[in-house]
Amino acid sequence: MTKLADAIVVGGGIHGCSTALHMCLAGMKPVLIEKDYAGRHASGVNAGGVRQLARHVAEIPLSIRSMGIWERIEELVDDTCSFESHGQVLVAENDAEFDACRARVAELNALGFTHEELIDGPELRRLVPAVAESCPGGVVSRRDGAADPARTTTAFRRKAAALGATVCEGVAATNIRKEDGLWRVDVGADTYAGPVLVNAAGAWAGRMAAALGEPVPVETVAPMLMITSRVPRFIDPVVILRGRKLSFKQFANGTVLIGGGHLATPDQDRNETVLDWRSLAISARTVFELFPVMRSAAIVRAWAGIEARTRDELPVLGPSARHAGLYHQFGFSLHGFQLGPGAGAVMTELIANGGTQTRIGDLSIDRFHPSTPWNPR
Amino acid sequence: MNVAPKRDSYDVVVIGAGPAGLAAAATAAEADLSALLLDENAGPGGQVWRAIASTPVTERDRLGADYWAGAELVRAVRTSGAEIIQRATVWSLDRHLEVGVSIGGASSLVKARRVILATGALERPFPIPGWTLPGVMTAGAAQTMLKSSGLVPDGRTVIAGQGPLLWLLAAQILRLGGRIDRILDTTERRNYFAALPHAFAFMTSPYFAKGLAMMREVRAKVPVVSGVSELAAAGDGQLATVTYAVGSRRETIPAELLLLHQGVVPNVNLAMAAGVEHRWDDLQLCWSPVLDHNGSASVEGIGIAGDGAGIGGAGAAIVRGHIAARVAVEALAPAAAAKLAPMATFRASLAQAERGRAFLDTLFRPARQFRIPSGDTVVCRCEEVTAKDIVDAVAIGATGPNQLKAYRRSGMGPCQGRLCGLTVTELMAQARGKTPQEIGYYRLRAPVKPITLAELAAVPKTEADVQAVVRG
Repeated sequence: MTKLADAIVVGGGIHGCSTALHMCLAGMKPVLIEKDYAGRHASGVNAGGVRQLARHVAEIPLSIRSMGIWERIEELVDDTCSFESHGQVLVAENDAEFDACRARVAELNALGFTHEELIDGPELRRLVPAVAESCPGGVVSRRDGAADPARTTTAFRRKAAALGATVCEGVAATNIRKEDGLWRVDVGADTYAGPVLVNAAGAWAGRMAAALGEPVPVETVAPMLMITSRVPRFIDPVVILRGRKLSFKQFANGTVLIGGGHLATPDQDRNETVLDWRSLAISARTVFELFPVMRSAAIVRAWAGIEARTRDELPVLGPSARHAGLYHQFGFSLHGFQLGPGAGAVMTELIANGGTQTRIGDLSIDRFHPSTPWNPR
Repeated sequence: MNVAPKRDSYDVVVIGAGPAGLAAAATAAEADLSALLLDENAGPGGQVWRAIASTPVTERDRLGADYWAGAELVRAVRTSGAEIIQRATVWSLDRHLEVGVSIGGASSLVKARRVILATGALERPFPIPGWTLPGVMTAGAAQTMLKSSGLVPDGRTVIAGQGPLLWLLAAQILRLGGRIDRILDTTERRNYFAALPHAFAFMTSPYFAKGLAMMREVRAKVPVVSGVSELAAAGDGQLATVTYAVGSRRETIPAELLLLHQGVVPNVNLAMAAGVEHRWDDLQLCWSPVLDHNGSASVEGIGIAGDGAGIGGAGAAIVRGHIAARVAVEALAPAAAAKLAPMATFRASLAQAERGRAFLDTLFRPARQFRIPSGDTVVCRCEEVTAKDIVDAVAIGATGPNQLKAYRRSGMGPCQGRLCGLTVTELMAQARGKTPQEIGYYRLRAPVKPITLAELAAVPKTEADVQAVVRG
């Protein structure tokens, strides 16, 4: 049976769920299609960092837009999402790194961005008392924080459904095509048809874009995380390093999440990842050196979520360069969770209003296809 | 004593030195394969032959002849050439057959061409009201103390539950002079009728005479209450009373120790973390790995033997260990396989050893009310999640154990669901009107046993790292 929808959103991660929710708020009736369940992959199992800190300039406007939504997340989705705002701190481990921090903050200030603030050694140790004495300083983004990713993605899905989105979980979107001016997608025995199609399929989005004639240089990656047993509270902000790969966050219950971007081997077709313990050992060594209090904590679980990383590590966000009514929202390259709420709002503005006040031009798919002519049907 | 594996790769790595693992390691090593046997305990034997090489209990009849049969297999492994490491905790296995193992506080990663999992069984959760009180423990924990230290209860003791191990433990406690005040048998009366069709096979199995004699021995010394249909432990910070019901009759008795047991289930955590496909076994009411008739799992190169492959008891475990090892030998050293007993012989022995199992499975299928708790009864003791918490999460959209993580932290504690996983699956299945197979299980992740950050930090670097240092 063919069912009509105002928009078809493929992918039930934080991005697809946020876009579906914002479409509902704009009076649309979307259908959201997720082959597993909402938040099954990277959106549900990432580090939960809500971070404006240390982002590429091209995505800072989107990140700031998103931060405004995070700060009233409970009003939007009726759930706190366990969001807490204790700041995020980037630690320089030596003087060369500290110089780079100073240059970065000056660059942002010149561009009119003020969310990143240079901090000296004493302020660093006030914010992160456990950090090694040898670190000369760093950068803080004080409004940043962290949330529970599974809970957040689930809350967006739940609210979207409550506002009238049709949510199909456990069935893949197949046979995606445009007929008679409408996008059509098969979902099990049903077909959904609508004027708008949003590709928010995460690690599977590259295949979908390629199948629609818009290949993007994107690879499937699986960043690893591990969590420890409970240790006494010793750190409030999320900590990342300027030089080495590490992100570090203690939850209210005392457990500590250790990440930083070391990669597992993904097996996309099995929904599986194979962990690389030698790389996790590097993360463990970094923590061992930086936070001696963590040495006797037990590692209780390690995992990796599957997601897409583009060649320039920036997302693809905006209309297709080939097809009217097709929009892309993928390739967030290990840092898409914080952007989810804002990207859904921006995507809905693009679709419902034809434009957005948020500067996202540098994230267009055009950048990978300079020679492809605009060819609307 | 606690030394790391001698090599960084082996033909066969066997995990677990119970009946299946001992048999598998001996067979593989006798065929001249390089074999590493890793076991978490202080000595070989697994649960059934725990402390077989070291027990202070010397009067043989007190632990029974079946117990002492283990000594022979231990001797066979020790002379086979297999490398045996005790107190070795395997915390990771992946589909590339890389094994992460912690020995004496240091971890190594070893590669295997074949892995045989012989990780045995766990006691089934028995989530009654008050089961987390100090003074309530599993029968298996009591038996561990009895075998390794000769310790038996001397305070007011109640044993509740069902199954062959419950009677075995009761007999062992009594023989060693321990105290049991009452046994509360929770076997459902209707199970006796359901099991009848399997009775003939059972009566001609080795279990029958032994089981009957043991129950007679226990009943002569301890009052046994049959048909118990409700059970609760209570006390203020410590067990004080046990309340039970038989039909409409209810009684509360004082107790200092309550030993609970309602059977064992496969210990699947390592196999699941390695990506081995499992399915719900509706007779044994647990997850079992999907295996072919040789014990080979869905992940290439992994074989599973013993109770971890589905509960079959020690006799069957030995044979399944031989079969899994023979498969490995056929794959890695076909010429050596010719010297081993033919597969047909093993299969005939297995059929003999499995005789009577259907009867036991049917008779001792635990009752629903003892598997699926309600209200304030704790389900996940690591994170203190109650049955009501889980039912409430289902009501607002949690569809399975993994989705539950968005609402509750059940299963995310250090036990990785060993104590709550089956309960959560069955509780969610009941709440949603689905089968346990449809509900699924926690996605398990390494480390399946915790290791310290310092230990992980000390894991040897990659070969590339090492070479970079050497060159530098």
